[in-house]
Amino acid sequence: MLGFAQLFASRLVKALAILIAIVVMNFFLVHAAPGDPAMVMAGEAGAADEKFVAQLREQFGLNRPLYEQLATYVGKIAQGDLGFSYRQQRPVWSILAERLPATLILTLTAFALALAAGVALGTLAAITVGTWADSAITVVALLAYATPIYWIGLMMSLLFSIQLGWLPAFGYETIGAGYTGLAHAADVAQHLVLPVVTLALFYMAGYARLTRASMLEVRGQDFVKTAKAKGLTPTRVVTRHILRNAILPVITVAGIQAGQLVGGSILIETVFAWPGIGRLAFEAVLQRDYQVLLGIFLVTSVMVILFNILTDILYGLVDPRIQAAR
Amino acid sequence: MNANSSWVFWRAFARNKGAVLGLVILAGVLTLALFASVFFPGDPWDMATAPFQPPLSDGAPLGSDMLGRDIAAGIAHGARVSLLIGLTSTAAALAIGVTLGALAGFHGGWVDDAIMRFTELFQTIPNFVLAVVLVAIFTPSLTTIVAAIAIVSWPPLARLARGEFMSLRNREFVQAAITTGQSNSSIILRQILPNSLSPIIVSASLMVATAILLESSLSFLGLGDPNAMSWGYMIGAARTVIRQAWWMSFFPGLAIILTVLALNLVGEGLNDALNPKLARSRG
Repeated sequence: MLGFAQLFASRLVKALAILIAIVVMNFFLVHAAPGDPAMVMAGEAGAADEKFVAQLREQFGLNRPLYEQLATYVGKIAQGDLGFSYRQQRPVWSILAERLPATLILTLTAFALALAAGVALGTLAAITVGTWADSAITVVALLAYATPIYWIGLMMSLLFSIQLGWLPAFGYETIGAGYTGLAHAADVAQHLVLPVVTLALFYMAGYARLTRASMLEVRGQDFVKTAKAKGLTPTRVVTRHILRNAILPVITVAGIQAGQLVGGSILIETVFAWPGIGRLAFEAVLQRDYQVLLGIFLVTSVMVILFNILTDILYGLVDPRIQAAR
Repeated sequence: MNANSSWVFWRAFARNKGAVLGLVILAGVLTLALFASVFFPGDPWDMATAPFQPPLSDGAPLGSDMLGRDIAAGIAHGARVSLLIGLTSTAAALAIGVTLGALAGFHGGWVDDAIMRFTELFQTIPNFVLAVVLVAIFTPSLTTIVAAIAIVSWPPLARLARGEFMSLRNREFVQAAITTGQSNSSIILRQILPNSLSPIIVSASLMVATAILLESSLSFLGLGDPNAMSWGYMIGAARTVIRQAWWMSFFPGLAIILTVLALNLVGEGLNDALNPKLARSRG
């Protein structure tokens, strides 16, 4: 287990370095925003008289040298202070914390679905290579790659909730229904179906193509011939020998794409009015609430880093050799 | 490229039927973009007919939107914006990515380390979120959108160029150029770059597709250039009335799918023609 702990520690150090770089970038973005930050803040608070602006400059240390301001900023972030939204008259962190669970449910479920369904479909395509099932999966993957996810979302809600009435089109729960316990969970799950499927579809297509290609490559290797020669059943050869090796590049790519998945939630949450960070980003864009927007940038970056660590753990579980090799 | 080798190239490209189909669709989109003001004279933002006209009605073959603007005219004029942004932002991403990748791969050592750390940082950042933040802060315009898309899409190109440069750097012809005393910049530009071009061209063609999707997503969120009609904007604006008027968001979406699909198919065809070895292993 020592190897794994070491790998984990080195990943954490790397994650921390990336995090610091992002915080610094955030700081410069605040300063790059058109107009003096104090003026922007005053504008957001709805008052722009000279005295208030001067007071803000003093309060936020905007008249001090840049490096000093940077140090103060980093210090504040380290204490969990992401700034103050004058639009909403609340600290940015408390706004984000309220929205975070909904986004985590959405992205984690979509990630798991995309990976599981993608690998399953890719395996199916690889073992039926050259037949209609294989071609169908390839065509669907090609289409899913070319379709904007927000458009898929709109069309899904048009079909499944407006035309067929099977699923709710928007929101997190039925408002005013007052469900508790299991009934509440079932209600949320119903609302979750369309956003999750839409978000997962694009990545599922990618993982299916990758799994197919990877399995076709592994299939011809010597250890697979040995396994067959030993007289193992075809199912066992596919699951224990081919898939277990073929899945490794899929997990790597899934880790790299985690960032896109989190970014995609902005579009999905906007389409389905899902009350998470993504929907908040859309609202912040409309209101030009830069403090909240930059807070979202930081929090989503942290989410990506956590996703990456998650895929590293997954990788270690699937391929125990990794502990010895690194 | 002489006549004979371009014939060989075309034969390899045309063997992929999908790629030829992609090329045909792309030619159609390009014609639509070039002659948008001939097919649909007048401003696409102007009211052309009554609001909420369904498809196949008078003066609006694909219907009209909430303000009576012609959907078909919007799609034709939107094709310009999509292609323009797709091409320019890819060119900008190429400039950043290939330069950094070439420097990292050619010099190696600490230069490589530093550039790769920087690339990794940009690969970790959720790129769509960064694009949204950049465009929102620097106010939406064609320039900021192109810059934002380029800033978030260069890392894969840098990695690719680095790999190519690293492997080519140790080949005999490069070593020979070093021995004859050519300068680093001349070796990079005249010896290695022309030889690493084919995988870069393939990735760039696929990146145009991604850039078009990114642009449409930004304008869907209301972060498009307020003076340029675009497909994403049309879908975003019609989102709230989808219950009454499906056509307003359906057709612009179809335009995006066709264009992006065509670019992806052409990219795969180029891949088959330029990297025959890679094409086989992709299965």
